[in-house]
Amino acid sequence: MNWELLFQLTLNGVIVGALYGVVAMSFVLIFKASQVVNFAQGEFLLIGAWACWWLVTTFQIPFVLGFLVTLVFMTVFGILLQVVVLRPLIGEPVISVIMVTIGLSIFFQALMKWMFGVFAQPFPRIFAADRVNIAGLEVQTVYLLSLAISVVIMAAFAWFFTVSKHGLAMRATAFDQQVAQSLGISVRQVFAMSWALSAVVSAVAGVVVGVVNGVSSALSFYGIKVFLAVILGGLDSVLGAVLGGLIIGLLENLAHFLDSEVLQWGNMFQIAPFYVLIVILMLKPYGLFGTKKIEQV
Amino acid sequence: MAGIAMTPCGDFRESYRADTTIFPTRLSRAFAAGSIAALCLVPLTGDRYILSLMIQAGYLGIAALGLNILVGFTGQISIGHAAFFGVGAFSSAWLVEHGVPVAVAILLAGLMTTAVGMVFGLPAAWLKGLYLAIATLAAQFIIEDFFARARWFTGGVAGRVTEPFSLFGVRFDSNETYFYVVLFYVVVMFLSASNLMRTRDGRALVAVRDHYLSAEMMGINLTYYRTLSFGLSSFYAGIGGALYAHYLLFVSVEAFTILFSIQFLAMIIIGGLGSVMGSMMGAVFMTLLPEVVQWFANMLAGSVIDRALGLGAAVSYLREMTIGAAIVLFLIFEPDGLAHRWRLIKAYWKLYPFSH
Repeated sequence: MNWELLFQLTLNGVIVGALYGVVAMSFVLIFKASQVVNFAQGEFLLIGAWACWWLVTTFQIPFVLGFLVTLVFMTVFGILLQVVVLRPLIGEPVISVIMVTIGLSIFFQALMKWMFGVFAQPFPRIFAADRVNIAGLEVQTVYLLSLAISVVIMAAFAWFFTVSKHGLAMRATAFDQQVAQSLGISVRQVFAMSWALSAVVSAVAGVVVGVVNGVSSALSFYGIKVFLAVILGGLDSVLGAVLGGLIIGLLENLAHFLDSEVLQWGNMFQIAPFYVLIVILMLKPYGLFGTKKIEQV
Repeated sequence: MAGIAMTPCGDFRESYRADTTIFPTRLSRAFAAGSIAALCLVPLTGDRYILSLMIQAGYLGIAALGLNILVGFTGQISIGHAAFFGVGAFSSAWLVEHGVPVAVAILLAGLMTTAVGMVFGLPAAWLKGLYLAIATLAAQFIIEDFFARARWFTGGVAGRVTEPFSLFGVRFDSNETYFYVVLFYVVVMFLSASNLMRTRDGRALVAVRDHYLSAEMMGINLTYYRTLSFGLSSFYAGIGGALYAHYLLFVSVEAFTILFSIQFLAMIIIGGLGSVMGSMMGAVFMTLLPEVVQWFANMLAGSVIDRALGLGAAVSYLREMTIGAAIVLFLIFEPDGLAHRWRLIKAYWKLYPFSH
C-alpha cells in the first residue's frame, strides 16, 4: 500500500470535491430560483476561465484586475442568457428547457474551442512560492487557495441566503412564486439575479481550476460531475449539493487509488461515479437531502 | 392531433375508423405512394453524393423516430440515444461475424438493442423528466466505456469491419443498391410507427405524456408503457445503427459520443416533437446542415472573413455551433418544428385564396 499516494489522493478529493460542491451549489441556485435544470453549468466554468486567461495573457494586466473584470463580464453574461434565451421559455415543459440548456452547452463549448483551441493553456505564475510545507507534507499553494476560496464562497452563500434581503427574496421565490410576487418581489429580477450569481460563482471555480490545472475544454466536464453531486445530495438542497460534491470528489479519488493499487482496470474510476449514480437513482432518487415531491392532480 | 384542426371544410369523418386512418385524405395517400415511387427512381440519376446523403438521412431518420417515440410521444427524455445506436451497429456486426446473414442480423441487432435499452430503461419506469435525463446521460458514458473495453464485441480501439447487406446471393454494396435497402426499412419503420400511434398502445403513450396521473387513473399501466416506450425507442435506434454499420462496413468505438446523442435530440426538436414525419424532416435537416456549413466555408474561402476568423480549420466547431444554435432557436421560435411549418404550408395551399 502506498500511503503517501492515498493521503495525496484524499487531499485531492477534498479539494476537488469542494470545487464540485461550489459548482453544484450554483447549479442548485438556478434550479431552486427558476426551476431550470442547467446543462450548461460546465460552460460557465469554461467561459469564465477562458475570459480571465485571455485578459491576463493578452493585455498583461494583473491577475486580480483580470479576475474582477471576468466577474463583471460573467454577471452580464448570466443576465443576458436568462433574459434572451430562458425567459421566452418560462412555462414550457421541462424537457424543452433541458434541451435548450443542452443546446447552449454545445454551442458555447464549440465556440470556446474555436476561439482558444483545444490545448490546455497555463495561467502565468501568480504566487511567489509554489509549495508550502504543512505538517511535513508538501502542498501546492494553489490547492490551498482553491480550498480557501471554496470555503469562502460557501460561507458567502450561507450569509446571502440567511441574512441578505436579495437572498431571502430568492428563497421566497423558490418557495412559492405567486406568493413572492404578491409580496412585492420581482420574480423576473430574481430569475436574472440567480443566473448572474450562478454564472459568477461557477466562473470563480473555473478560474481556480484553470490556475491549478491550466484552462482547457475539459473544464466543461465539471458540468456533468455536478449532476452526480446534485443527485446524490438532493436536487433542491444547497447543503446536499456541498456534501454531494465532497462525496463525489472523494469517491473519485479513492476509486483512482483503488484502481491504481489493486484493480488495475484502466480508467474505470472515471466511469465509476456513473454506476453509483444509477444505483442512487434506483434506490433514492430524491437524494440525501432533497424534498420528496408529493404529486397532485 | 393538431393536423385535424387544419383539414379543409367539408372533410367530415363519420366513424372512428375514418378518423384514425394513417392518411387522412385520398390525396395524401396518393402523395405518399407517389413520393416513395419517386424515391425509387433516384438511384437511376446515379448521383453518388446525393444518394449517400439520402442513405444517411434514412438510417438517422429511423433512429430519430425511435427517440421521438420516447421524447415526443411519451414525454420521457433520453440523452443517450447515440449509445443505443452504437449498440445496434456493433450487435449487427458481431452477429454477422458469427455467421448470421446480414438481413437477419439487422433485425436481431434491433432486438439486442431493445434488451440493452430495457436494462437502462428500468429506471425509466419510475423516473421521469430530469432524473431520467441524468440516468440516460450516465447510460451514455457507461455504454461508451463498455465499447472501448469489450474487445470481443467491438474489436476495441481498432473497431470492427463488417459485411455488406446481401439477400438471396445479391450483394447490396453500392450506394445505388443499398439505397433500396434503407428505403425499405424507412418505409416499414415509419409505417409501423404511424400505425402504432393509431392503436391503444400508441394513444396510451401520448396519454402518459400529457398527464400521467390522469392516464394512470384511466387504467394505463405507467411502468409498462414507460418501459415499452424505452424499449421501442431502443429497437428503432438498433435498426438504424445496424443499417449504419452495413453501409459504412466499419464501426469505430469512438463514433457514438454524447455529441451524436445531442444531434438526435436536435433532429426531433427541429423536425417536430411528437410527429412521425417530423423525425425524418429533422434527420434530413441535420444531414444537410454540415454540408451547408461546409459549402458556406468553401464559398468564403480566401475572403476577408475567412482570413479574419480562420474558417477553414474551424468547420467542425462551426458545425457543432450550428447544431447548438439550431436547438436553441427552434425551441424559442418554432417549438413545434418543421412538421408544424409544413402543416401550415399545406393548409395555406388548401385554403388558397380564401385563408379564413
